[in-house]
Amino acid sequence: MKEYLDLFIAFIKVGAMTFGGGYAMLPILQREVLEKRGWITEAEMIDYYAMGQCLPGVIMVNTAVFVGQKRKGVPGGIIAALGAVFPSLVIIVIIAASLTAFSDVPAVRNAFAGIRICVVVLIINAVVKLWKTAIIDWKCAAIFAVVCGLSVFTDLSPVVFVIAAAVLGNVIKRLEAKAK
Amino acid sequence: MILLHLFWEYFKIGLFAVGGGMATLPFLYDVSDKTGWFTYTQLADMIAVSESTPGPIGINMATYVGYTVAGLPGAVTATMAMIIPGVTIVLIVARMLEKFQGNKYVDAAFYGLRPASTGLIAAAGVLVITISLFNTELYAATGNLADLVSWRGVLLAAVIWTLTNLVKPTKKLHPILYIAVSAVVGVVFSFAGV
Repeated sequence: MKEYLDLFIAFIKVGAMTFGGGYAMLPILQREVLEKRGWITEAEMIDYYAMGQCLPGVIMVNTAVFVGQKRKGVPGGIIAALGAVFPSLVIIVIIAASLTAFSDVPAVRNAFAGIRICVVVLIINAVVKLWKTAIIDWKCAAIFAVVCGLSVFTDLSPVVFVIAAAVLGNVIKRLEAKAK
Repeated sequence: MILLHLFWEYFKIGLFAVGGGMATLPFLYDVSDKTGWFTYTQLADMIAVSESTPGPIGINMATYVGYTVAGLPGAVTATMAMIIPGVTIVLIVARMLEKFQGNKYVDAAFYGLRPASTGLIAAAGVLVITISLFNTELYAATGNLADLVSWRGVLLAAVIWTLTNLVKPTKKLHPILYIAVSAVVGVVFSFAGV
């Protein structure tokens, strides 16, 4: 019971402290789930995030389900998902019920301009940490560079990159096996 | 009855919107056209609020739309309907992954996937940098190269980077502390210019 509660609380924290898109979740996830609780490895975090992006639904919730499932099976996955959406439910209902012009308040806009800059740095830090796990040879570095470049300069869906990279991984491994 | 209808609309969004909160928008415009539950203007307000509150944008939008349509029960219904398809599919995929652990094809797929995933995260970072550190609009208006870069933003970024990477006592602080301090700095120095 205590473990379910801990899972729920961990993902409430992730949900409440993530400002911005799904990628903004990573620094918080890294801290709360990986470093503080040791529930997953760096490699698992990258895998879950990659798969969470190309399955239907919300990236953060999908990633939460992967972590929860690994830890406590199907109930764990469901509890992690509920934790991740809980802060949104509370905060949005309060705002919707009271102040509709919330995002027009100058202080809110200024605060978020500051937060965005902070999130940039936190993401850079997260990428540097993930780099050591994900980029283990020059072929991986090449995949990283191509995907990053194409993703910035084209409108291709992440789904395309994820599927292509999974196929490419198999092609590379097969060629390496042949070369031996 | 309206709750059932809301559930069905959001279940479809949860099933078919792949790739983050903004992917739900085309569906929501469609719902607005079909049902008249909310106007495009209301939707624009909801997006602004969803972007400026913590939590995933897609979930924030679901809660907001649900609340607008049917109050608190609506908020819960839309949010749950939105996550049920994804949660179900991820649970199935996660079980399959356990089964295929150590399979050489799966391992090879992840060998390619990890750098690609890291590349996608880096690209997201690049996009946020262009939004938050460069004033492309101001530069287009003035043509002055010094206006292109938001120097205060760069300074804040440099300070945070130094504190999180080089300074030992602050290196291990929780990320939320830096987010909170940045929000205060943003307000004090009116980073959004308002």
